[in-house]
Amino acid sequence: MLKSATRCAGLFFFTAVVLLTGRCASGQDWFRTGTGLGQAKPRLAIADFAARSDAAKPHATLFTQVVRDDLQFSGILDLASPSFYPSEVPTVPSELKAPAWVAQPTNANYVGFGNLTESPSEVTIQAWLFDVRNPSSQPVVGKVYRGGPTDLQVRKYAHEFADEIISKLSGGLPSVAQTQIAFVRSTGNGNKEIWVMDYDGANQHQLTNLHSIALTPRWAPDGSRIAFTCFAPYKGINSPQICMYSIDTGKVISFPRFAGTNITPAWSPDGAQIIFSSSMQGNPELYVCDVNCNRPKRLTPSNGANMSPVWNPKTGQTIAFVSDRGGTPQLYLMNADGTGATKIDLPEKGYVIDPAWSPNGQLLAFSWRRPSDDYDIYVMDAASRQLVELTRDQGRNERPSWAPDGRHIVFESTRTGVGTRQIWTMLADGSQPHQLTFTGHNESPNWSTH
Amino acid sequence: MTLASRLFHRTGLVALLGAAVLGLGCAKKVTPPPPPKQEAPPPARPTVTLQANPTTINKGESSTLTWNSTDATQLSIDPGVGTVTAEGSTKVSPTDSTTYTITATGPGGSATATAAVSVNAPPPPPPKPEPSIDELWAREVQDAFFDFDKADIRADARTALAQTAEFFKAHPSVKATIEGHCDERGSTEYNLGLGDRRAAAVKQYLVSLGVSASQLNTVSFGKEKPFCMEHNETCWQQNRRGHLVKAN
Repeated sequence: MLKSATRCAGLFFFTAVVLLTGRCASGQDWFRTGTGLGQAKPRLAIADFAARSDAAKPHATLFTQVVRDDLQFSGILDLASPSFYPSEVPTVPSELKAPAWVAQPTNANYVGFGNLTESPSEVTIQAWLFDVRNPSSQPVVGKVYRGGPTDLQVRKYAHEFADEIISKLSGGLPSVAQTQIAFVRSTGNGNKEIWVMDYDGANQHQLTNLHSIALTPRWAPDGSRIAFTCFAPYKGINSPQICMYSIDTGKVISFPRFAGTNITPAWSPDGAQIIFSSSMQGNPELYVCDVNCNRPKRLTPSNGANMSPVWNPKTGQTIAFVSDRGGTPQLYLMNADGTGATKIDLPEKGYVIDPAWSPNGQLLAFSWRRPSDDYDIYVMDAASRQLVELTRDQGRNERPSWAPDGRHIVFESTRTGVGTRQIWTMLADGSQPHQLTFTGHNESPNWSTH
Repeated sequence: MTLASRLFHRTGLVALLGAAVLGLGCAKKVTPPPPPKQEAPPPARPTVTLQANPTTINKGESSTLTWNSTDATQLSIDPGVGTVTAEGSTKVSPTDSTTYTITATGPGGSATATAAVSVNAPPPPPPKPEPSIDELWAREVQDAFFDFDKADIRADARTALAQTAEFFKAHPSVKATIEGHCDERGSTEYNLGLGDRRAAAVKQYLVSLGVSASQLNTVSFGKEKPFCMEHNETCWQQNRRGHLVKAN
């Protein structure tokens, strides 16, 4: 009874949180503020972008669709269904007839529109967003994008345009339209490599080619590198090691190797330090070092296994991690210098793994296998310890990672079939689940920080 | 002698011969002798020959036996061939040197003939080699299995590792990697830590039994390299193990 009441209340509050993330000083505040929130989301219409020639038609369709998907995904606004739109569609501002868009059934606050011109060597996109309730005002967004006429480039421009809209309408909240998700794909021969894709699942491509097992990719805060766990035998050491991939050079770059099992690297918020789990001295403990990792310093003293550390991205002061020092894997918090380790108590036992801080440093997402259940994703307010369950009765759900907007979570799930892991996103209240990968086994997603 | 006299002479001979024949015939009719007694000649004794070609074979090869007989109603060759026809041939492959005897039996008695086939003994098999290190490994080195979410050496694992330890102590130059493996139920990351401790526990136990630590290396594969892919306890138990792999 208590459990379900908490869940329902949590879900309700959480929708509000999603809107307010970034504005509130503490978790306690947002739970309270959320209950009184009655503000409606702004309503947008994105008209079909006009193709100035037949050659531009496919990219006009693509641009329109990607912008709509990005806006829909953002979760901060309502998108009027295109079937409600007026039949006359503007292609430049002088053609906009605002009242037709304000009227029912479109009932829009804002209208996006524009046009594409395409030659064999270049595509030019003019794109605007107007506030149709203040038709005399300047455009909210007015942009011209010019570049190579490829799908990838057109997608990129669409993401940029959507980002502009979201930023303007939310008062500067970060958008995810240009973010990427690193993940692990197994290719069928037992090997696992690091892959990356756009946040919407497009543009999936392989980064590493180690012909081995690569796990747990983690973006550097500046996006220039990905730290990961790798099995790449070298000079007689075949135990897992911390590996580093450079986005800039497109190569795995050198990183010191240590005895024992070295896994689950994570970055400090400033990108200057790496924390990871290593059994170099016998037991799996947490070590911290600078990015060259010359003299790793041990942070934990325990008899259990300690792994999956995550640095609070906002404060840099607190590290969440997994330890089974008490018997089974549970979440712990400690200071960044290794002192003050305390267990996070949950209402039931079971297995608690995969901690992930929200970008504002207030919420911890994690996976929890309750005694009578499979792994599900939960979010906890670190201050109040209030708990929300985001997935339920949908297979095994693990490894949450927050989007930089703090409103979305990417995770892996077996909901499409036992033993088949695929990557999904959802809003941080558990709604709008959206599958990103469909081929092979895909796991361990990590959302880039911008 | 004139032609006339020669004619007379010949005619005279014929007449004389005719008179003689007539004279005899007349005499038998007169006193018939007793009918001659119908006594059958004694039946011939059977004869038989037997030859082997070649007379010397290697083990596994064959020789052809060829025989001929007369006056026999039944023939048989021993050992191993049995009843045969009056003449013929057959192949034999004795495993050891053998003297074949053909026995021909008929109304006139019996006869035998023999032919020897000698079989070269195979070269003595090379002395059985000492089992190789790999064979000994396969026979004596055993994996240790674990309980769910545990890295403790169970009783059955102690037995398995005791034998394993003897192997390492007897072969101090052999090096091994101990792989720690886990079932699929825990998380990837947690299982890497658990596998690390399983491998370390196996190493520690072997060292406690006198194995040199320098012979043993450890690696955790977590749940990344399962032995068994099904989702049930039988399979999970197979995957919860410290697996020893020969490293040199």
